[in-house]
Amino acid sequence: MNVIPLPAGLERRSVDELFESVVAAVDGRALFDARHVRFVDPNGMVALLCAARYLLDRTGMPARLQLPESTDAQSYMARIGFFAAAEGMLEWDHRPPRAAAGDSNVLLQITPITRNADVHEVVDRVQSAAGAILSRTLGYPQTAVVPFSVILSEVCQNVLEHAEAPGWVAAQAYNWQKRIGRHVLVISVGDMGRGFRGSLAEEHSARFGERWGDATALEAAFIHGLTRFPDSHRGQGIQQIRKQVRRWNGAISIRSGTARIADVPEWDDAPPLQDHLAPFPGAQISMILPSREPIDG
Amino acid sequence: MADARFDPVRIDVATLVRRSVASLYSHLVTRPTGRAVRLAIESQLLEAGDPSVSVIDFREVTILDYSCADEVVARLTRAYLSDDRPRDAFFLFRGVQEWHREPIQVVLDRQSLAAVVQPVESGVELAGTVTEAERDVWLEVERLGSIEGDPSDHFDDPEARAALARIVERRLVFPAPGGGVHALGALAAG
Repeated sequence: MNVIPLPAGLERRSVDELFESVVAAVDGRALFDARHVRFVDPNGMVALLCAARYLLDRTGMPARLQLPESTDAQSYMARIGFFAAAEGMLEWDHRPPRAAAGDSNVLLQITPITRNADVHEVVDRVQSAAGAILSRTLGYPQTAVVPFSVILSEVCQNVLEHAEAPGWVAAQAYNWQKRIGRHVLVISVGDMGRGFRGSLAEEHSARFGERWGDATALEAAFIHGLTRFPDSHRGQGIQQIRKQVRRWNGAISIRSGTARIADVPEWDDAPPLQDHLAPFPGAQISMILPSREPIDG
Repeated sequence: MADARFDPVRIDVATLVRRSVASLYSHLVTRPTGRAVRLAIESQLLEAGDPSVSVIDFREVTILDYSCADEVVARLTRAYLSDDRPRDAFFLFRGVQEWHREPIQVVLDRQSLAAVVQPVESGVELAGTVTEAERDVWLEVERLGSIEGDPSDHFDDPEARAALARIVERRLVFPAPGGGVHALGALAAG
C-alpha cells in the first residue's frame, strides 16, 4: 500500500506537494492519509479529486482515504460535497459525515463538469448564493453576479473544450484576516484531461520548436489567447476571465503539466511562472477574489 | 421613414434558448448553446422575406457569456456580410442590457465587425469596431430615418461619402432596392 500523507492545510499552496506525492507513488493501491488535515479549500478538494482519479486510471483500483481526525475538516468536506463527488474514486475507512445544510459560505458545492448542461447547471445554481456572497461578503456591486457567472461559465467550458475529460468546480468564501486582512472567494476548477500542452500541441507546437513545453503552452494560452482551434477568433475565454479578475484585484493561476502561470496582485506572493513542477495531467485553475474593503475597514 | 413593405422578423433569444437547448435554461452560456441558438435564428430567417430585417431580442436573457456572444452576434453578423451569404438579411440586436455590452463589444472587436444594437430603454447605437466617420454618417442616417435617391448626394464631404459606402457594405444601414438607404432602427420599429 502506497501511503500518501496529506498536508495539514490542503489548499492552493500545498497542491504541488500533493501532486508530487501522487506521481511518486509506486504501482499498487494507494492510501491518502488525511488524519492530520485541519483545513481544506476548494483548490485542495478539487486537487484531491484529480489525484484520486489519476490513481484510479493508473491502478484500476480506487484509493483509500483515511478521514481527517478534525471533525471540522470532515464536516467541511461533507458540506462542500467532496464525499459525493469522490464516490467511486475513493473509499473511506469509515462512514463520512452527512452534509449538514446551511453553510452560507459555500457558494458552489463541488460540481462535476462533464457536459454542456453542467455549465448551465453551475450558472443557474450560483445565481442566488453568488449575489449574497459577492455583495455582502466581498462588497461588490449587486450586478457583479453577472460577470461572476460569465467567468464561471467560461472557466468551466475550458474543461469541456480543451480537456475532453471530466472536471470539477467549487467555490467558497473565507475570512483571510490573518493573510491579507480581507474576506476572499476561492474558486477552483480542475480536470484530468490532456492539459494545455496536449491541447495546443497540434496547432501551435511547431512554431515554438524546442522551446515547446508546459510553460510555453501556458504562456501561449494565458498571455496570447491561443487555442487549439485554427479559428483565430476563439480564445477569448481566458483573456476575459483574466481581465475581470484583475478588475476585482484578484489572483488567477493555471497549473498544467509541470508548470504554473499566474496573474499576481500586490497582496499575493506567488511567482508569475513556475516550471519543473511534478508532472500532473490535466489542468487546475484557481481564482481568489478579495473583498473590496479590509475586514476592519 | 420606414418602408411600409417591411415587417421585421422578431426573434426572442431567451425563447430560442429554451426551445433549442433545454426548456429549463434561459442563460445564454456555452458555445454549443450559442451555436444552437444561431442555427435556430438562421432557420427562422428561411421563412422571412429576402431581403429581411431581423430584430434579435436579448431582453429576457440575464447571462450572456463570451462564447455565446461570439456565436449569436459575431458569427451571425459575419455570415451575412460575405458575398456568399445564405440570404440578404440585416440584424438589429435589441434589449441589450448593460452587462451584455462588454461580451458583444469584445467579440465584435476581435473580428473587426460592427453591429446595430439597441440597449434597453434607449435608442439604437453601434457596437464593435467603427471609425468616427462611419459612426457620424450612421448617426445621420438614423436621425433622418431614411435618405431617398442617391444617399451620397446628402453628404458633401468625400470622407463622409466613403464612410457611407462602408456602412452600406457592412450592412449597418439598409440599401433600398430602388435607391436610397434606410436606418435599421426605423425599419426595426416596424
